[in-house]
Amino acid sequence: MIPLTHILILSALLFSIGVLGVMLRRNVIVIFMSIELMLNAVNLSFIGFARSLDSMTGVVFIFFIIVVAAAEAVVGLSIILAIYRTRKSLNIDDFNLLKW
Amino acid sequence: MLTLFYIFAAISIICAFGVLFMRNPIHCALMLVGTFFCLGGIYVMLNAEFVAVIQVLVYAGAIMVLFLFVLMLLSTNEPSQVAVKWDAAKMLAVIITGGIFIQVASIFSDSALTLGEKGNYPLEKIEEIGSITLIGQLLFTEYVLPFEIISILLLVAVIGAVVIAKRRFN
Repeated sequence: MIPLTHILILSALLFSIGVLGVMLRRNVIVIFMSIELMLNAVNLSFIGFARSLDSMTGVVFIFFIIVVAAAEAVVGLSIILAIYRTRKSLNIDDFNLLKW
Repeated sequence: MLTLFYIFAAISIICAFGVLFMRNPIHCALMLVGTFFCLGGIYVMLNAEFVAVIQVLVYAGAIMVLFLFVLMLLSTNEPSQVAVKWDAAKMLAVIITGGIFIQVASIFSDSALTLGEKGNYPLEKIEEIGSITLIGQLLFTEYVLPFEIISILLLVAVIGAVVIAKRRFN
């Protein structure tokens, strides 16, 4: 039996690395990958809690999270594609369309 | 069992740092696939076999293939010389994120962490009914409304992606 604390700390560490990826990297697709990493860290803590609390709710919620992550990836990547057509860049600093 | 967990955890953290520090975005994507595989292994150890299969099929399969498609479609210039250009703001970001991690980890490792009451599905019951059967039953009885809403969300995402990514002909 894996102790819950270890799972939660691994989850927190992966989440922190994801946050760092969002803040440090400038490539917009790598930022997106970091967001996926954060979603996965949350999934891991959901499973850990579900196992240690003898509940199935966390396991069912994982499915919803995975579907939302897939939808988010699809819409986000198509937005990146649309912006790339006009800006010809993947650097997030060039994406200042909404600034005035 | 615990040793295997530590091995998977170590590989997943190394791969996550690879996502953070690899220069080429395609290498980042491959590192992320490694993280997803290791997390799938941990899910198997936590008796969530079906979630592990979904993790490998949907995340490491479908979503990462989508990322690689877009990367290979868009990256025309060679990767930048450094992965992260360090300046004062980024140092501050590292310090703050580290502080948040230490804070959260100290809460988690606190022995006084109180959990809620136990649910209705101990391990013996799950193994008696079967994990996939149980998930299916819950999904179509207790969680049938979120299940239907999530199907509408997928439809909206598909239509939205097509509309946004379509080239406009003038």
